[in-house]
Amino acid sequence: MPILGIIASSRLAAVGDFESIATVSVGGGGAATVEFTSIPATYSHLQLRIIARTNRTAPENNDYLNVRFNSDTGNNYARHRLFANDEGTVSAVGTASIAQFYLENFTAGGSAANAFGAAVMDILDYKNVNKYKTARMIAGKDENATATGQVIFHSGLWMSTSAITSITITPGIGTTITQYSQFALYGIKEA
Amino acid sequence: MAITYEPIATTTLGSATPTVTFSSISGSYTDLVLVFNGTNVTGLASTGLRFNGDTGNNYSKTEINGSGTAVSSGRDTSASAAYVGINSNISGNTIINIMNYANTTTYKTILGRGNVPGSSVIGVRAAVGLWRNTAAITSVSVTNGAYNWTAGSTFTLYGIASA
Repeated sequence: MPILGIIASSRLAAVGDFESIATVSVGGGGAATVEFTSIPATYSHLQLRIIARTNRTAPENNDYLNVRFNSDTGNNYARHRLFANDEGTVSAVGTASIAQFYLENFTAGGSAANAFGAAVMDILDYKNVNKYKTARMIAGKDENATATGQVIFHSGLWMSTSAITSITITPGIGTTITQYSQFALYGIKEA
Repeated sequence: MAITYEPIATTTLGSATPTVTFSSISGSYTDLVLVFNGTNVTGLASTGLRFNGDTGNNYSKTEINGSGTAVSSGRDTSASAAYVGINSNISGNTIINIMNYANTTTYKTILGRGNVPGSSVIGVRAAVGLWRNTAAITSVSVTNGAYNWTAGSTFTLYGIASA
């Protein structure tokens, strides 16, 4: 039975357990939207692996990404996060009935050159039509300077019983996702 | 669909060793995953990575730690390794995602999680690390900065390929 995400790394994945579905590498000029469509229903779980930066205006050095499933823009999402920054702040927040799932945080226009945030997001039992969909993520950014580092755990809920067939990602505050950002979607097979 | 997630190499120590290195890493994957399970010979320490033999102060990290009911966060600036995990002389596990390691445009960002048992030491850590270098990563060294790794400790490097 496949095990997701970081936990999966602790086992020797059998060849064929973990398959690459599609990868988007953002080119020159950036991208306003990154989208995975026609996701096949042949896996147990999905994993999205990201490095990203947005063009949010300097001096801001962080931005988040919005994630929606099946182009649903209604207030059908909820999230919880555990947040820590490099200045000793640790906090938690939950938000109900929102129009997207937040992936926090990545670097932005005010960040150090060449620095990108990273995230690994697991989307569990994505094709099940009998329950809401749950996701979890670890993400972080660091720029070798005080007041730039953040590490975050997320959980997210999409209150829909539909199978997930598409994932749409847009910048939170900036208008584009910066060149050299990369989004790789994987499927984890069931036995 | 391309099949991926492959073990690249595993090292199981036969004797106490300060550093374990995976070298000549192919650039054919999107990400790498390093899995450590084992101990050091002395006490609580951070599990760190160095890349391409770079021992300069070109690494940093931001972390969150949990120990008992206490939680804390902090950072390393201009360190000689990216210490994104933890280990001890009792036990330790660290799993580190090395993201987009082969590109030659961006600095390299890594995400780590580690845990050790015991109520008097840091119990769990999650951290993000940065190597300020745009070179493709071709070697990964695992250190705890102070102590030898104990015989029997295991280190496995995986590659995850993309479409």
